[in-house]
Amino acid sequence: MADESSPAVETTDETSTLASPTSPRSPLEAAVSSPLQLDHVGHAGDNSFRGAAYAAAFVVVALVAFVGVFLAVIAWPSLSRNTVPFLTSTVWNVSGTEMAFGIAGLLWTTVLSSVVAMILAVPIAVGTALLVTHYVPPKLGSIIGFVIDLLAAVPSIIFGLWGLKVLGPALGPLYDWLQRTLGWIPLFSKGVDSTGNVLTASVVLAIMILPIVSAMSRDVFRQTPPDHIEAALALGATKWEMIRTAVIPYGRSGVIAASMLGLGRALGETVAVMIILSQTNTPGINVSLFSGGETFASKIANNAAEFDSPAKTGAYIAAGLVLFLVTFAVNAIARLVADRRPRS
Amino acid sequence: MSAPTTMSSLTAPRGSRRVTDVVVRGLVYLSGVIAVVPLVWILITIISKGLPVILSAAWWTQDLAGTTDRRAGGGALHAIIGTLEIGLITAVVAVPIAVLGAIFLIEYARGTRLARGVSFMVDILSGIPSIVAALFVFAFLITILHFDRSAIAAALSLVLLMLPTVLRSTEEMLKLVPDSLREAAYALGIPKWRTILTVVIPTAFSGIATGVVLGLARVMGETAPLLILVAYARNLYLSPTSDTMATLPTMINTGRDVAETLAGYDRVWGAALTLILLVMGLNLLARWIARAGRLKDR
Amino acid sequence: MAKRIDVENLDVYYGSFKAVSGVSLVVEPRTVTAFIGPSGCGKSTVLRTLNRMHEVIPGAYATGKVALDGVDLYGAGVDPVAVRRLVGMVFQRPNPFPSMSIYDNVASGLKLNGVRDKSTLDESVESSLRGANLWNEVKDRLNKAGTSLSGGQQQRLCIARAIAVKPEVILMDEPCSALDPISTLAIEDLIQQLKELYTVVIVTHNMQQASRVSDRTAFFNLEAQGLPGQLVEIDDTETIFSNPTKKATEDYITGRFG
Repeated sequence: MADESSPAVETTDETSTLASPTSPRSPLEAAVSSPLQLDHVGHAGDNSFRGAAYAAAFVVVALVAFVGVFLAVIAWPSLSRNTVPFLTSTVWNVSGTEMAFGIAGLLWTTVLSSVVAMILAVPIAVGTALLVTHYVPPKLGSIIGFVIDLLAAVPSIIFGLWGLKVLGPALGPLYDWLQRTLGWIPLFSKGVDSTGNVLTASVVLAIMILPIVSAMSRDVFRQTPPDHIEAALALGATKWEMIRTAVIPYGRSGVIAASMLGLGRALGETVAVMIILSQTNTPGINVSLFSGGETFASKIANNAAEFDSPAKTGAYIAAGLVLFLVTFAVNAIARLVADRRPRS
Repeated sequence: MSAPTTMSSLTAPRGSRRVTDVVVRGLVYLSGVIAVVPLVWILITIISKGLPVILSAAWWTQDLAGTTDRRAGGGALHAIIGTLEIGLITAVVAVPIAVLGAIFLIEYARGTRLARGVSFMVDILSGIPSIVAALFVFAFLITILHFDRSAIAAALSLVLLMLPTVLRSTEEMLKLVPDSLREAAYALGIPKWRTILTVVIPTAFSGIATGVVLGLARVMGETAPLLILVAYARNLYLSPTSDTMATLPTMINTGRDVAETLAGYDRVWGAALTLILLVMGLNLLARWIARAGRLKDR
Repeated sequence: MAKRIDVENLDVYYGSFKAVSGVSLVVEPRTVTAFIGPSGCGKSTVLRTLNRMHEVIPGAYATGKVALDGVDLYGAGVDPVAVRRLVGMVFQRPNPFPSMSIYDNVASGLKLNGVRDKSTLDESVESSLRGANLWNEVKDRLNKAGTSLSGGQQQRLCIARAIAVKPEVILMDEPCSALDPISTLAIEDLIQQLKELYTVVIVTHNMQQASRVSDRTAFFNLEAQGLPGQLVEIDDTETIFSNPTKKATEDYITGRFG
């Protein structure tokens, strides 16, 4: 045993606990004579590190609170000067001295585009999740999973560019056909714009949320307890019957949570929607999927250059606040649903 | 039940059960094909339109000073540097908070009500739309504190987006560090904070680094905060306090309405391809780090 | 450097659950004491109270007295971190730090306690690895990852790591349960050597192992699931295995339960 004890005893209590028995004062003897011996172990380090960790956690909580509070503080003066009902009006006129702004139109377009995106994306996402977890061999499954995950890495501006220049024009004939055959339904009535419409935005949003919903669904399907699967198969179930009786019930709340998260993403997506949707000047709500329009996020981003006076900025921030509250609610629901998931 | 086993009773189920099974199988495979199409389509589009542009040396060494949308030439250096710089500032601010936050959740408050509350807030933060994060920074820094728009302001709003991503992935990695290693360190009389810094973090390092790189890839592709918090410029600006700084996403956004016949239109696709290469490159780097970490552990 | 341990009237709780009740025993210096008993009888819990490792589990606490040569480890002003420097521990599964080399694993305790001097570290690493009968096997690859060793070697590495900080006592919590028979034999030989310098307390499921390595044996039992574990008796190993005082001990030794 190396003997570094003799100098160590004189230096610090910390190293003296390492002393060997040949030392004049073994640690315990030292402990007996000075009860502080066992007490001194660099607690400054422990305390400051714990403090830093708590501070970081506080920052996270404070940020969420601040986002809501600051947006509300800035939005309030403008809201109090508003001459029309904020929640139900569709006008947006904030340039003059008489401010009039309402979010009904924004809310409609935001919710419509996101819900349609979810309707398009969830079945495909669930399908691919089943494909990867229960149909193809694991190796091929992980490759397909990787390709879909890569989709999540594509920046939204690129989805927007591609949607505007490539996908929209390519879907034009389909849009014409839909308007001709289903035009009697208001949702499919003849719109203003040929390709820069809500449906193109929805399709792009669907592609953007597909990897999120798919990845989470994959995780829950993979966790299906093997005995549930074997029990179903032992009863003579076909693959689909096994999935319906074992996999789907087990993963249902996970898929719902994933869909809500996807919805949250779609509601708040900014740039892709901003690029694709043509702004319309028609008053009121554009009911049709084939018209243009603006979502909360695209409205704000389109008018970033106008944030020159606090009053104007406040109007847009009021819209942002509503978007924050809506996404907060959707994400909170997702979290609550996910927490109710059975644990294996 | 007492019927004798015959060949026919051992063949596949018939009738509607079999039809349903086959139809579902078809739909499942179809959904797989549909899911893969967009990525391939996007990549083909962008590579075919953008590749000729980025193959010139000028693309990587020059900015757009002095060129117009009508003239060919110039490059994306200003936007590449801007994207990297803003990404770097974001990471420098976000990563320490994220890692410490994850340490709080796993090492200090695991299983407590406080941890569940903070964890819930992390989920909420990760769901905040980028435009709202941008508005928050605008409201706070510019409307209330009267700062100007700047690259730093843009980076700070990106911090709100990167923080929860990195925190979550770090948390997952810390969870994977076996308690037996912490116990081994405690049994040596190593204080908790040194255990975390010298045993827990190094063990989880490759996983944490993977999360950081993925978070970086995400924020480098973000556009909305940049639209609001820092103006696009055709020249190279380096100062983080400058109120104008180009980035690849805003370069694409600025040029998206240029007519297809002009040189500026091609540059938009060049910028898109450059951005994709950057982001995909970071994603592959993240995968590589994760794999290298796993190999080392064996 | 070996010290005597006195446990008096020890109760251990996990939250409101009382896991161990009323344990009193003495461990003499430079002996090997084995804790045996059925699962859930609290033997590992008692072992962990000897260096306050049970406190790592949230809500766990102990009442009573554990003294090292007369110094109460639970006395006011005593820091559990300091206690663990005096009372080292080896765990059920080998747990070398995966991010560190063999050398760094052994040196980790010293380094993290503030020793920086290279020659001191070199000396300590060599003597500790020799002390753990591992030096000859690893001296040419000290920079390789600790996890690159076999299971038995990893466990001896963990023992080297524990003795490098020169503890007074070494606690072993089923140190061979994850090892093959040959590695187990190597560890048992090592335990015999360790007791010349240290006080060793070992928890084991394996009664042959207890009879092979220990001088004293403590038998723990619990009357029923949900009730706290208790110390039934402690005596010389030979006595426990040949002529135990209590019926429960005899039943356990002869394999009638547990």
